[in-house]
Amino acid sequence: MSLASVSLDHAGRPDGALNTDALRADARREARGLFALLSPGLLLVFAVIIVPIGWLFWLSLFDESGQLSAANYARFFEQASYIKTFVTTFKVAFVVTGACVLFGYPLAYMLSQLPRRAAGVCLIFVILPFWTSVLVRTYAWLVILQRKGLVNTWLMDIGVIGQPLPLANNFAGVVIGMTHIMLPFLVLPLYASMKTIDVDCLRAGMNLGASPAATFRQIFFPLSLPGLASGVVIVFVLCLGFFVTPALMGGGKVIMWAMRMEQTTSLYSNWGAGAALGVVLLAVTLALLGLFHWLLGARATGVWSER
Amino acid sequence: MTKRPCIHGLAVAGLLATVAVPASAADTITVASWGGTYQEAETKAFFDPTAKELGIIIKQDTTNGLDDVRLQVTGNAVKWDITELGADECARGSKEGLFEKLDYNVIDKSGINPKLVHDDWVGISYTSVVLIYRTDVFGDKGPKTWADFWNVEKFPGRRALSGSQATETLSVAALAKGIPIDKVYPVDIDGALQSVDKVKGHIDAWWTSGAQAMQLVKDGEVDMASIWNGRAGTLKKEGAPVSFSFDQSVLTADCMVIPKGSKNKDVAMKALAKFVSPDLQANLPLYVDNGPANEKAFETGKIPPERIKDINSAPENVKKQVLQDPAFWRDTLVEATEKFNNLIQQ
Repeated sequence: MSLASVSLDHAGRPDGALNTDALRADARREARGLFALLSPGLLLVFAVIIVPIGWLFWLSLFDESGQLSAANYARFFEQASYIKTFVTTFKVAFVVTGACVLFGYPLAYMLSQLPRRAAGVCLIFVILPFWTSVLVRTYAWLVILQRKGLVNTWLMDIGVIGQPLPLANNFAGVVIGMTHIMLPFLVLPLYASMKTIDVDCLRAGMNLGASPAATFRQIFFPLSLPGLASGVVIVFVLCLGFFVTPALMGGGKVIMWAMRMEQTTSLYSNWGAGAALGVVLLAVTLALLGLFHWLLGARATGVWSER
Repeated sequence: MTKRPCIHGLAVAGLLATVAVPASAADTITVASWGGTYQEAETKAFFDPTAKELGIIIKQDTTNGLDDVRLQVTGNAVKWDITELGADECARGSKEGLFEKLDYNVIDKSGINPKLVHDDWVGISYTSVVLIYRTDVFGDKGPKTWADFWNVEKFPGRRALSGSQATETLSVAALAKGIPIDKVYPVDIDGALQSVDKVKGHIDAWWTSGAQAMQLVKDGEVDMASIWNGRAGTLKKEGAPVSFSFDQSVLTADCMVIPKGSKNKDVAMKALAKFVSPDLQANLPLYVDNGPANEKAFETGKIPPERIKDINSAPENVKKQVLQDPAFWRDTLVEATEKFNNLIQQ
């Protein structure tokens, strides 16, 4: 068949068209080959991610007696605690992400300006906590922050405060503990992106008379936005599913979505009750990621195309 | 289709044949419990002696509760032959049909409270929810009753209650209203919720695990709390300045079941019969503060008299406590827990 078409082309069309066709066929063949190479991975993703999520969604549509029903979703509106949990979850995620940006951006900036060796040493201190269990770090915060903990004892000993500060078993405790755990997830992608910023761009800005502050604001900061965006998204999404730290630091007053999932799964005899919580969180997270992409992604791409 | 029962019958016959062989060394069952010091105590009190007497091997695993059993039974992947649960979980699982029927010709139920003897589950031990307070804050004039705990003017201080065990918190909330211990059950849920509402603004932590309750009291994060008696006893042994008693505490039971589809049902039945026998039940309080479910254990003479007065299920102590009714919570747990969550969540 291909032979026939080649000979026909030979007769009728100029050489360029023949070349294009051959190239296109070649590209198609290569795409097929690549797809074949990719297929084991795709199959795996399909089997271990798509199928279970579909199943989860399916389960969430049935009530305790196995009847098709919206009861698992209606519960969110009937019981005030679900809405409260949802609001709390996003409040914690926003505040922790904000705190991470506040602390992480200057840290990443400092690291990116240090000589390579010094930056390497400092980075170890950023990564080191990664190797310690989240549970251990959370308990450590509890020891530091609780009523008779280190911070309150010291502050009272030197007379700064008369009454212990409420730092643990509440919202503040959850935010402090989670910010510490999430910080590396923001700093590492941000640092990587800051390192790729061409120093010559900054020099050029200075050369054209911009002050250091203006150079930072007009050149460095916009160029660091893609890294910041990916860090923010990672931190935010991880926060939404957090369990250990709010469970231990929240004193039972800060209930996040994952904790509610655990409660609901053991309270109800149908898996659908817990599954519905998973589906809702997934849907809202995807919607938010879309929003992030639209807001930050577009802006970041804009920066790159200007460049 | 017509062949299937035949094959099934053959398989059962084969199974019976292997079981019938006396003390075949290959008989192995798997028992799951809560882990930690409690399961260690059970190992010494129940599992090891039973394995020795029946000539079987008892493997152990740990459970998170009813979810695990539900997962195994509904997924046709039952790996446990006996598992421990909280009594209200047993009552709920029984309603869902997750357990094998128990054979009370094999298991001797005498001495076990009839409320804990059912077609497919049986009581194994008791835990009490007690009121603990720090003596470095209150001396010996701390809150002694739940009404005291609720009285924030007379007993100022930081407080913790269980946020995960709604059944226990609602029971003590009913006691705090002044309801006598024999009238607490059936619990007036709305009344108990109103009682929780009165104190919730003064609760500094709603604990979700025994370890957390212990840590809150031990570190002085709170001055008084509801806590399981085993944890309270450990705190005292560790030298923490605390005091508690069984007055007005809530007696909750643990139970054991054979998950539906267990492959060693018959051996499991014999082992379970041993676990609840007075002789082995009397071993439990020698290792841990959880009292035996079989009151005949106190007649075996194995438990020293000075130890008996510290055991929650000793007849003298049972009188001072409310026995949590699993059948009541089987039917009301979901609604009560949702209402409780709505109330305590800020």
